[in-house]
Amino acid sequence: MLDFETLRLIWWFLLGFLLAGFAIFDGFDFGVGALLPWIARTDSERRVVINTIGPVWEGNQTWIVLGAGAIFAAFPPLYGASFSGLYLALIGLLFSMILRPGGFKYRSKLPSPLWRSIWDHLLFVGGAVPPLLFGVAVGNILQGVPFHFDEWQRLFYDGNVFGLLNPFALLCGLVSVSMLVSHGAVYLANKTDGALQERAIRIAGIGPLVTITLFALAGLWVAFGLQGYVVTAGGAWDGPSNPFTKTVEMRTGACLINYSVYPWMGLAPVLGLTGAFLTTRLVRLQRPLWAFVSSGTSIFGIVATAGVSMFPFLMPSSNHPSQSLTVFDASSSHDTLMIMLISTIIFMPIIIFYTSWVFRMMRGTVSSKYIEDNSHSVY
Amino acid sequence: MTDIDVVTLARLQFAATALYHFLFVPLTLGLSVLLGIMESVYFITKRPIWRDLTKFWGVLFGINFAMGVATGLTMEFQFGTNWAYYSHYVGDIFGAPLAIEGLMAFFLEATFVGIFFFGWDRLSRGAHLFVTWMVALGSNLSALWILIANGWMQHPVGATFNFESMRMEVSNFYDVLFNPTAQAKFVHTISAGYVTGSLFVLGVSAFFLLARRNIDFAKRSITVAAAFGLCSSLSVVVLGDESGYTAAESQKMKVAAIEGMWTTEPAPAGFNLVAIPDPQNHQNAFEVKVPWLLGLIATRSTTEQVPGINDLVARNTQYIRDGLKAYSALQTLRKDSTDLEARNTLKKYEYGLGYALLLSKYTNDIPNASDDMITKAAWDTVPDVVPLFWSFRLMVALGFLFIALFATAFWLVVQRRIETSRTFLRLALLCIPLPWVSSELGWFVAEYGRQPWCIDGILPTRLGASSLTTGDMWLSLGGFLILYSTLLVVELYLMVRTIKKGPEDYFGRHTAAVLESAP
Ligand code: HDD
Ligand code: HEM
Ligand code: HEM
Repeated sequence: MLDFETLRLIWWFLLGFLLAGFAIFDGFDFGVGALLPWIARTDSERRVVINTIGPVWEGNQTWIVLGAGAIFAAFPPLYGASFSGLYLALIGLLFSMILRPGGFKYRSKLPSPLWRSIWDHLLFVGGAVPPLLFGVAVGNILQGVPFHFDEWQRLFYDGNVFGLLNPFALLCGLVSVSMLVSHGAVYLANKTDGALQERAIRIAGIGPLVTITLFALAGLWVAFGLQGYVVTAGGAWDGPSNPFTKTVEMRTGACLINYSVYPWMGLAPVLGLTGAFLTTRLVRLQRPLWAFVSSGTSIFGIVATAGVSMFPFLMPSSNHPSQSLTVFDASSSHDTLMIMLISTIIFMPIIIFYTSWVFRMMRGTVSSKYIEDNSHSVY
Repeated sequence: MTDIDVVTLARLQFAATALYHFLFVPLTLGLSVLLGIMESVYFITKRPIWRDLTKFWGVLFGINFAMGVATGLTMEFQFGTNWAYYSHYVGDIFGAPLAIEGLMAFFLEATFVGIFFFGWDRLSRGAHLFVTWMVALGSNLSALWILIANGWMQHPVGATFNFESMRMEVSNFYDVLFNPTAQAKFVHTISAGYVTGSLFVLGVSAFFLLARRNIDFAKRSITVAAAFGLCSSLSVVVLGDESGYTAAESQKMKVAAIEGMWTTEPAPAGFNLVAIPDPQNHQNAFEVKVPWLLGLIATRSTTEQVPGINDLVARNTQYIRDGLKAYSALQTLRKDSTDLEARNTLKKYEYGLGYALLLSKYTNDIPNASDDMITKAAWDTVPDVVPLFWSFRLMVALGFLFIALFATAFWLVVQRRIETSRTFLRLALLCIPLPWVSSELGWFVAEYGRQPWCIDGILPTRLGASSLTTGDMWLSLGGFLILYSTLLVVELYLMVRTIKKGPEDYFGRHTAAVLESAP
């Protein structure tokens, strides 16, 4: 049997993978949605753009369902704290995501240009707002969120909306938007042809450079401006899941400590930066598939950077630092982590197997001719 | 403790969004299986009409499915956003089935549903049939896992309180999986979904027959719907009885409330066919009883007693008193976690801890609650009798109506008279909304009947909520109302429009002509 502390670490890694999976797979749907009104000019082009993701967006969206479910099952206190603490961001995220299924399925069911244009703009909202709010949420968590617990471990959130939308959080939001819009453009470069593809390639050549700049800026801010958190006493890795058992202090630049203690963590930002840079090269070299892989790697790196910079924290408390949630005091019980690990080991390979089957079946580009020929069966 | 208004708003929001989610869920459950059946016939007979049948009902399925997906996300998020303490307190058990649902079911249905629509020309007949059944399997498995989670809230087994982390933790996952309440709920709920899907197909086909169009198409659809609907409506009633039986075992108070049974009767108890419950005076002002029936349904014996509300309140008063001992032990343990005596007391009276928490409505100083408070808290464990009593009876009545409806349809199909039985066709068309009515009533009975508990006997609802402001809650509730109402109008409009245009719009005149002349 695996011991408690190992299981917690495994779940911390798995959570990272699931969230990165979400950012990579649902990410290109968001990016494509955000680009829709700008990259596609005619109705036929717009239908092409929508149908590039038509067969796969539902499966992709399941990554967020699973990601949230995994937080719930593996780190229940984190689930309650982050979802209720960042309430308005989450509700905004939800509202914008609710618009998407209708946008995909209903848009082309009626011929009216007004109807279609309304849905196009809602799809834009559903594509641009979630990455922004996700970034904002991560930005808030990196800085710490004002909350405390009472003796029954009931959580109280002590902040407000204006605290939520602070400059650093907005910068993180922009990193996320720029990263996913570029990713969407790379995807479109793979799935379209002609003028659309040219436009996508142009965006995919510039987008990642913007991401690199913003990401680097956020990195400098974290290193020199942001208060990080350090456990100074207690916090046993195999202790009970109770956030009252440790002492935490805030220090400027503390987010960088991990990189000297665990040098391998430096790989994350390196992947994020080089991946993005390579993406711009690869699109220019007409290698869209490899560009997509590289763009995905870059996203993985950027998501992982946020995770490892905070380790062992999951969600620090900015006004009661000692009650921060960490990997080791906000997890489920040993047995639940084990049950969830076994389920993941069984089902993840199956999911990967049939998902790749579906992607293979739907390979190839989507053209205007294809849309006209199948006007009734596609979106 | 939390402002009561936040709790009320959170409950309202959960009720509204869950009832709304369940407008789409039963049709997805039912239609997905019907699509599988129709496509299987196509696979076997190779007649294109069956493929077109699958495609057309598939279009309607898709319009509905999109809304199911959109509103499901809300349900999942809501546990974290509005019920943060609940997430902390039971997430260790409750989160697992929810996450496994994602791994095992949602990925399956969501991945294959795309290729169901886009894959007709890319896949072989066999491969496409496989895809369709995977969608059906995925949605049914998702129902299984969510109902395991929900069944656990109704009948929490396999979990114990851990004072070190101040929450419930899993002690026997096997019990959670094979919880009899969850199994009964699962079969009853998916049968309800099948009834919904069948009646939808039956009613819409009746519309075509009444308009004298797409005759072959409609007759074939009706054949499938009548046969499948008859089986499902029988099973919904039989398995509804099973739900009642498991509830009588594990949620005696709910059953007593549903029955409006204030005093324990000598076994076997009678069933109140109609009654006018009078909750103020703890009695019924008027009742018409069927002797023996309730005792037989609830205990499947003639000798076991079904306890009445008054006796259950007396029992719960004792639970609260025992719970106070557990509560005090817990306070001792928080100061000194090694105190052996306190540990033993907590173990011994753990079952009462949730009951003691009911007192939080009346005092912040729970250990010193007065007798008056204890009595009030014990009476709080009685759910609202009147609405439960009537909702339940309406659901049951509709259940029998569905059996009659499908039996008639089946008989008319066998007699080859369905096309000409225009009165019946009109009736079938009118009945389309009824399965939704009974499903929503069923959920109302199950969930409102669980009050005041969020987790039966463990966590009072009012403690489960997040510490949000009413402003935040109004904002989100208002947003949901606007967004959801608009989407519902759009969805219904598209559904009706698609139906009115009919299959010929999808397959073109040419295919429609072939359809009509197909053998
Ligand atoms: C008995 C069945 C049942 C019940 C009680 C619920 N659901 Fe549901 N849910 C389904 C049956 C279903 C489904 C049939 O599988 C859906 C509906 C249409 C669809 O697309 O899948 C679905 C969709 C759906 C989705 C979207 C899945 C996706 O992206 O593919 C989520 C996240 C949830 N549900 C979550 C919930 C939660 C958290 C519930 C409890 C409060 C809940 N559902 C009640
Ligand atoms: C989709 C079908 C469902 C419907 C229609 C439904 C209906 C309702 C209703 C009407 C309420 C409000 C009760 C009240 O506050 O008076 C409620 C509350 C609640 N339900 Fe359900 N429910 C459904 C499924 C579920 C499932 C599957 C779960 C858990 C897995 C669940 C968990 C809850 C929770 C946590 C609350 C809030 C706390 C409470 O009021 O007890 N529900 N539901
Ligand atoms: C004679 C017929 C029926 C009986 C005896 C019956 C019995 C029950 C009982 C006892 C419950 C509550 C279970 C609980 O509290 O946990 C319930 C819930 C429910 N019923 Fe029925 N029912 C019948 C017909 C129907 C019909 C026709 C439908 C819909 C088409 C339906 C849909 C539901 C749903 C969706 C629920 C909530 C989920 C659940 O708790 O299983 N029922 N039913």
